[in-house]
Formats: sequence, C-alpha cells, structure tokens
Amino acid sequence: MENFKFELDEDGIAVFTFDVPGRSMNTITAGVMKELPQIVEQIKTDPKIKGAVLTSGKASGFCAGADLGEMGSNAAQSTASAEDRLRAAFEGSHSMNRVLRSLETCGKSVACALEGLALGGGLEIALATHYRVAADNPKIQFGLPESKVGLLPGAGGTQRLPRLIGVQNAAMMILQGTSKNATEAKALGFINDVVEPGQTLRAAKKWLKGTPDAVQPWDKKGYRVKDGPYSPGGGMAFVGGNAVLMKQSYGNYPAQKHIMSCLYEGIQVPMDAALRIESRYFVKTLQTPQARAMIRSLFLSMQELSKGANRPEGFAKYEIKKVAVIGAGFMGAGVSYVQAMAGIETVLLDTTIEGAEKGKAYSKKLLDKRVSRGQMTQEKADATLALIKTTTSYDDVKGADFVVEAVFENREIKAEVTKQAEAQLAAGAVFGSNTSTLPITGLAEASVRPENFIGVHFFSPVDKMGLVELILGKKTSQETVAKAIDYVLKIKKTPIVVNDSRGFYTSRIVGTFIGEGLAMLGEGIKPAIIENIGKMAGMPVGPLSLNDEVALDLSWKIREQTKKDLGGAYKATPVDGVIEKMVVDLQRFGRKNGKGFYDYPAEGKKKLWPGITDIVATKVAECPPDLKAELIKRILYIQSLETARCFEEGILTSARDADIGSILGWGFAPYTGGTASLIDGVGVKKFVEECDALAAKYGDRFKPNALLREMAEKGETFYGRYGSEKVKQAA
Amino acid sequence: MSEAYIFDAVRTPRGKGKSTGTLHEVTALSLATQVLQAIRDRNNLDTSKVDDVVFGCVSPVGEQGGDITRIAVINADYAESVAGVQIDRFCASGLEACNMAAAKVKSGEADMVIGGGVESMSRIPMGAAGGSWATDPTIAMKSYFTPQGVGADLIATKYGFTRTDVDAYAVQSQQRAAAAWKEGRFKKSIVPVKDQLGLTLLDRDEHMRPDTTMQSLGSLEPAFTVQGEQMPGFDEVIKQRYPEVEDVMHVHHAGNSSGIVDGASAVLIGTKEMGKALGLKARAKILGGASIGSEPAIMLTGPEFVTAKLLKKLGMTTKDIDLWELNEAFASVVLRWVQALELDMAKVNVNGGAIAMGHPLGATGGMIVGTMVDELERADKERALITLCVGAGMGTAMVIERV
Repeated sequence: MENFKFELDEDGIAVFTFDVPGRSMNTITAGVMKELPQIVEQIKTDPKIKGAVLTSGKASGFCAGADLGEMGSNAAQSTASAEDRLRAAFEGSHSMNRVLRSLETCGKSVACALEGLALGGGLEIALATHYRVAADNPKIQFGLPESKVGLLPGAGGTQRLPRLIGVQNAAMMILQGTSKNATEAKALGFINDVVEPGQTLRAAKKWLKGTPDAVQPWDKKGYRVKDGPYSPGGGMAFVGGNAVLMKQSYGNYPAQKHIMSCLYEGIQVPMDAALRIESRYFVKTLQTPQARAMIRSLFLSMQELSKGANRPEGFAKYEIKKVAVIGAGFMGAGVSYVQAMAGIETVLLDTTIEGAEKGKAYSKKLLDKRVSRGQMTQEKADATLALIKTTTSYDDVKGADFVVEAVFENREIKAEVTKQAEAQLAAGAVFGSNTSTLPITGLAEASVRPENFIGVHFFSPVDKMGLVELILGKKTSQETVAKAIDYVLKIKKTPIVVNDSRGFYTSRIVGTFIGEGLAMLGEGIKPAIIENIGKMAGMPVGPLSLNDEVALDLSWKIREQTKKDLGGAYKATPVDGVIEKMVVDLQRFGRKNGKGFYDYPAEGKKKLWPGITDIVATKVAECPPDLKAELIKRILYIQSLETARCFEEGILTSARDADIGSILGWGFAPYTGGTASLIDGVGVKKFVEECDALAAKYGDRFKPNALLREMAEKGETFYGRYGSEKVKQAA
Repeated sequence: MSEAYIFDAVRTPRGKGKSTGTLHEVTALSLATQVLQAIRDRNNLDTSKVDDVVFGCVSPVGEQGGDITRIAVINADYAESVAGVQIDRFCASGLEACNMAAAKVKSGEADMVIGGGVESMSRIPMGAAGGSWATDPTIAMKSYFTPQGVGADLIATKYGFTRTDVDAYAVQSQQRAAAAWKEGRFKKSIVPVKDQLGLTLLDRDEHMRPDTTMQSLGSLEPAFTVQGEQMPGFDEVIKQRYPEVEDVMHVHHAGNSSGIVDGASAVLIGTKEMGKALGLKARAKILGGASIGSEPAIMLTGPEFVTAKLLKKLGMTTKDIDLWELNEAFASVVLRWVQALELDMAKVNVNGGAIAMGHPLGATGGMIVGTMVDELERADKERALITLCVGAGMGTAMVIERV
C-alpha cells in the first residue's frame, strides 16, 4: 500500500497510518480508493488482527476529503445520461459507501485516532469506524463542507451523522457546511472522546482492548431512529427545514435539496438502503450543471486565483512593506484596514487631518469589534491600528512600495494626486487607482510612468468583499501586474485581471443588471415582482434595491456623463425619464437620503415606495410561473451577454476571471458558477437562440454578439476557448 | 342513468374540539354510529336496502383509522350486507362522500347509499395522519408548500381584503348562525349526541360566540405571523410562487377562521324508485357534483374554479342558484369566492358557517348539504350550490334542487 502504513502491535491492534505521499494533506485520491478495500479485507481476514485504528501520518490532520481536482475534471467531461452511464456512475460513487459499510460490519472493532482535522470524506471515513477519539485542540475542525461547492457528502455522511446527532443537528451542519471542534463534536455526539494532543492513538488502543467486537448503533438489534419524519418530534424538522431551505436558497441549489432528501428518505430505512439512496442523490447532484460549475468556480478557480494564477511569470516576488492610501473616504478607510490587518505599514493621506483621522477611526471601530468578540487581543489591535499613519503631506508617501489612490471619481483631482504622489515614489513603485468606472488608460495620461500605473478596483465594504479587479491600462507593464497581484494576495483578497474600458468588467455588468430591472419597471411590471425575481434569480438583492444602494443620483449623473461622452452614440432607454423624475423633480436619491425606489422608515424594514406607480403605471400585476421564468432569464442572461461582449472587446480574457469576478464582485448567482459558466451550462448555441428570442421581444440589448454566434457555430465553450491554460499560453 | 335524490340529512351538534369540549368524551366511532342510527330510525329505514356507506374522515388513524365507516355500520346494527368506506379529500371529504354516494346511485352501482363523515378533532388532532406534502423535500419545495393559514392570509393580501373586511365577515357569520339557531333553522337536521346511558350530552353547537363584535375580534393577534414571517418563514416561500406580493399581510386569527370541533353527519341518497319502495319522500335532487385541482401553495382558491366548472357542466349561470354555501375555512376564502363570482352576499352562507359553528373536517361537507336541504325548504327556494376549499389546492362542489 502506498497511502497507508501498516503496523501490528503485540496486543494484535493494527494501526493503519494514512499518509498520501508527496502531499501536505491527505485527500481521498483514486489510489486511496483502491487501498481502502484492501485494509478492510486485511482487518477482516487476518486472524492476528484483533482490532484496528485508522490514524494519520500528517501534521496537517487526518484527511481533508475527496480530491475535488480529480472530481472536477471528471465532472467537466460527462454530460451524457444514457442508462449505462448512469449505472456506472452509481456503481462508481457507491463503491466508497460499500467499502465503508464493509469496514463497520467487518466483525472487529475499528477506531479512528484524530490528531487533526477530518473534513468531508475524511470525516465520513471516521464516522464509519466504531469509535472516534480526537485531540483537544479548539482549532481542529470536523465537518462536512461539501454543500459549499454544490455537492453532498456521498460516503455515508448524510446517513451516519443524523443517526449520531439527530436529524435537525445533522441537517444544519450538512446544509451549511459548518465545522465543529472536538469539544463541540463530542457534545453533539459524533466524536466519542477528547484527549490531550498526542494521546489519541493510545486512547484508541485502550478502547479497542476493552471493546473487542463493536457494532454500530444502527446495526444493533432493536435500533430505532427517534426523529424520523413521521415520529412525534421529527416532522417539524423536515417541514421547517424545507421551508428554511427554500427561503434561503430559492430552490436554486440542487445539492441542498438532495441533502434534505437523503435525510428524509435515508433515515426511514436500514443503513444499506440508506447508503444506496445517498449514492443515487450524489450522482444526481454531480450530474447537474450547478454542481459542475460550482466545483469549478467556487473550489478550483478560487484556489487557483488565491495562489496567484494570473501572475505573469519571470518576476521576483514583490515585497510590500509600506503602502500609501490617498483619500480617506469610505473606500480609503477600508483599504487601510485590510492593509493594517495584513501587517502593512499604511500612510493614510487626506486633504485635512480630520478627514484622515476619520478614515482611521473606521479601522479602530472594526478592531474594537474584534476585541469585544474575543477574536483579537487588545495588544494586537493596538499594534494593528498603530500601522496606520494619518497625514496631509505627500512627503509621507516617500518610501511607499505601492499607492492606492481612492479619491473622488473626478479626472482632474485624480490627475493632481497622481502627480503629487509620483513625485515621492521610487522608480519601481506601483501607482494603483481605485476607480469603479473611469478608464485607466486615460487616468494614466497624468502619470509620468504609465507602465507602473494600474487600476485597483476594490469593492465596498472593503473589509468584507473578497475581490479586487485589476485593470490594465494600455501601457501597464507585466511587471506591474505581477506586483499588483502580490499586493492583492498580501491583503488576502482574490485578484482578477481585466483590460481597460468604461466600467471595466464588474461595474459594466452590474449596470446591465440594474438596467434590466429598470427596463422591467418601464414595461409596467409591478416593482415587487422585479425585486422578488432578482432575488429568486440568485442575486443578493433586487435591482431596484441595488440602485437605491448605489444612489439614484449617481446613476443619473453617470448616465448624464455617458450621454455627454458618447454624444449621438448614446442610446436613450425608456427609463431615463423615470430616473430623471425621481432624482431631479422628487429628490429621491436612494437609501442615502431615505427615499428612492424604497421608503426607509426610521423603524421597521424598508418598503417599496407606492408613488412609483404614479410615474410608471403598473401593467403587469401578477407573475405566473412562465413569466417568472422569463424574467429570471432576462436578469441573468443580460449579465452573461454583456460578459460575452467584454470577451469580444478584449476586456476579459479568462472565463475563470469572469466567473470569479461576478460571484465575488457583485454576488452573481453562485449556483450558475458565474457569468461565463452560465453560458457554458446552458450551451452557447441554446444561449444564442434564447437571446435572439429575447431580443425579438425586448429589444437589441439582447442581440448576441458576433463572438457568441461564432462560438455557437463552432460548438465552442467559454472554458474551451478562454480556459486558464489558454490564457497562460497567450501571456 | 338514474337520478340521485336526497331523502334525509342529519348531523350532530358540534362540540368544541378540545379536551374541555362536551364531545371529547365521546369516541369518533360513537359519533359515526349515532348519526347512522338516527338516520335509520327517523326514516324507519330497512338497512338491508342500503348498499354502501361513504364517510369522509381526514385523520383516519387511531380510533378513526381502519375504515371507521364499516366499523360504524356494524356498530350501528345495520344489516350485515351494508358495506362501508372511508375517504379523504381533506376538508371536502364529507361532500366528496356525498358526491361519491350520488355517483354510485347514478351509475346504477347502488340504489341507496349514505354519505357523510365524522371527525373528532379533540381526540384525533388535525395532522395526526401525517402525509408527505410538507415533509418530503422533493414535493414540499417544488410546490412551495405553505400552511393553509398563510395561504388564507395571502388570499387576503392578493385580493385586497383588510383585517376589517375579514373581521366584519366573521361577525356576520356569528350573527347569522345565532339567528338561525334562534329561529330553529337547524332543528330538522340536528340529532343530539347521547352518552352511554342514552342521556343527551349535547344538543347545540357549542363553539358559537354570538356576542362577537368588531372590537372583541380586534384584540386578537394574527395567528400566522410567526410561521409566516419568522420561523420557519413561509411568507418567503409562498412569495416565490407569487412574486407580485411584497409582504403577506397576516389578518387571520381564531376569530375569523373555522373553529376546531367534533361532529358527524349522514345524508341518505338513492334512486327515486328505491325511495318509493322504502316509503321515503325525496327532499332534493342532486343535479351534479364536481372536483377540481387549483394552485396548491395558496391552496384555498379552488371553490371559484370548481363552481365555474360545475355550473358550466350543468349549463347554468350564477343566476340559476338561489343559495350559496361555502365552508368558512377562513374569512378570506369566502370573500374571494364572492368577489370572483360576483355573488350577492345576502345569498351566501345565510345561516352562518364554520367560523361560528366550527369545521369538523371530514363531517362538514355532509353537514352543509343538510343545511342547504333544510334552507331550500324553509325559504322556499329552488337550487343551492355547496362547496368547500380543500387542502393541497382543490375544490369540491355539489348543486342540489328542491323536489
């Protein structure tokens, strides 16, 4: 065996030490899958073995679960659903359940000694042993996080966990993918014992000697599940669970529904049947485009990007010790905080010292919160805050490795800041402009070193939003890109890289989302429908809410600016008048002045402003399922379509960056895998046909671009054409 | 094809459906037995001529399980040859039982059948029979399962009925029921429930609150706010089926919803010929019956559609109906039905309904058939339409004509 070391002690206790060669963490690879049955066979048949312990040879823990890399590549291939392939898929997925079932019914006692974490399939292996002992270390996590990437625990997790800790507890843990530490796990009942670190193996052996032929609770005679769906106390867990799940997920996540079904159907039958049910739902889930897209985007791509996958090769790692943030408004304040948290010496510059201090106070507020929640010591918080130096003088910018300019969206002011800051910078330092709409190449004209100039688009609130959109101006050098990526990774954000244009990628697509909501309003669709549809499509908020958040007057100003910039090329939309009336005549600016598409009462939740129907008469007051499906499609497709246009214009060059940017940047329906994955999931050809149909009904904004038509013609996908390998080759 | 006639109808008074209710100490079997005995005795019925008994019962578990109808037939000392079947169409079970009885007669399968139903809600609580709709994730989520109370609140929200509207309707139900009792309008049908000694235990509907006013109702908290807005939050579920709703207004409470009660009903249905042979006088003719499925999440809008379906089938319009009876599951259900069909409230539920007197699930349909037979005779009217809203989105209806 390659992945397990075998030892037999003088008491006849076999110790199998899980240790996948060449990896820092054990995962369940194809090789492991091959060896597990051998272990079971050995325990069962070797008369010298009285009992067995599974443990790990890695300091990192016991096992982090299945190898999603392997799974992802399998997932990408199969789209056929012929009966034979389904059967084969079931057999493949059920093999792990068979092995673990034979382990727990092998007739001899098996224990699991957990010095470190056990997640996903790792925990599922542990649950199939008769006794789990864990080291007392609050940092060690035990959980089934599969649902976070659109999967379900497929190695008995949905069956053994509810039988150990109850349906309701198991449902919460599995649906949310949350982990527990050893003490919590013991209190819940899925870890049998907690001992001092380093003592788990000894404790396991001790237990084995005292318990020679253990049987799982569910295999004991007379075992009965207490909280099945038709037991007195069990019904509400399902009735309530189904409702909460619908409320939270809008039914968009197949894995979540299937987890509930595994619990519901599995808990009512004996373990062997229960595991078959789980395996079927596992295959069913894996076959959905949602699971495939989610594994790729939320797991594989996230992992790649957070390791700097876009970083141009051939440049040494850029050490960033000092960064100047210019402009201490909400964005600048947030950037200062994340920098200080990453240990970066930060100069926070504003036109007045009061302004700069106000920006710093934001960090103090967040740090105080951490201290009060016990997440940080006062000393650490003080040291962190001390990293931020407020100033009004550009002299303090001297020695900065990186500048983040976060002043008002005004070309003249930005140009002035650029000049003043650059005067203080060393030759290799990077100047980053945090702008959400203004083209970088234009801004870089103010720079004497445009090759060091790059757009660094943060998202608000900076401390919560994980994305940074790096925008390359025409002259931005590859070295600057590498340095900027090093900066973004240092502050623990995920960078995507795009090329320059008005609104770049993210702001431009968000604009189409809001725009489509406004178009619906213009058509006389009842505002409640528009808002509910937005959320049901998987967006974090409805388009009218979002417009209220970004401020209607800002939307209006941007429209006016765009009108001015584009002149005759500007295409008026039916709602331009609505926005103008709201902003100019009625002073309804959005949340910031307490009135926009919504009213914001001092107490209670916001309510849609009834007066909107006086401006736009409601013509569509009901929303039957067909209309609902079409409106959801419009909300999502318009964003993916604009994404395709960004590819054609060269703003985007990577499907991965498009997807991650959309999910992290503005919460685009995660179950689709992102704006590019959505099109691949639908199929480019079908997407084009559907967009053509929408264009015929709602206007040219839905007309597919030439790129999409070409891809449809050639049968291409975004990941085929703009996959990460291609990007690397092009670079 | 034969015609189906109603020869008689009886019902128990309705006891409060809780442990302090008068009928709580009476078994469901006894309730069913007593109505069967009453309809036999007052008609001097040769039970060997009865082919079958169809009773509705919505929670057929425990003492109500195991085909309670057949067991009641035996217990009532009917001829051994009389069959019995228990059926469940949720709240319309009792009316469905009568429709099925009529269908057996019309098809020629049977000559004399008893329809009706039984439910002791105090002894076998609502929901005791379980069911997969709310629990099984595959169907609960797909169909946006939402409890009926939230569905009723959604009807009020969607069709514009305020708390004042639903409370006003509830007050009217109480007043009409009180007046009907005062004038003895139910006396033809009511058979007092007897105890083990044969002494009368209950001879009046004990759920009524004739002194109900807008003020007294106004003090009641809405009943479905918590399950709708908080835990688990069904408002957000049903809004996914009805995105046009921004917020569900919770207007229903115990005072404008049907009461939980115990009771039983029986309706004697047969061919004219068999009636003649048994010396019975037909009181009404069953012109037709129908059932329909409607959108399940809002659940309770079926009456509108089943009424339209049945009237169309009979070649009638709303003008052909003199009296309208819709079970008062919730005030908004009646208000929506009246609004959708543009009915005259003066002809609707003229003697009050389940808000005042209670809704013994499986028995109610048979009870309100009896109420309409009595009222057609008393008020000298021709035709009545009887209907109920039904769980999981259905409607069941029957049209009868005085003979």
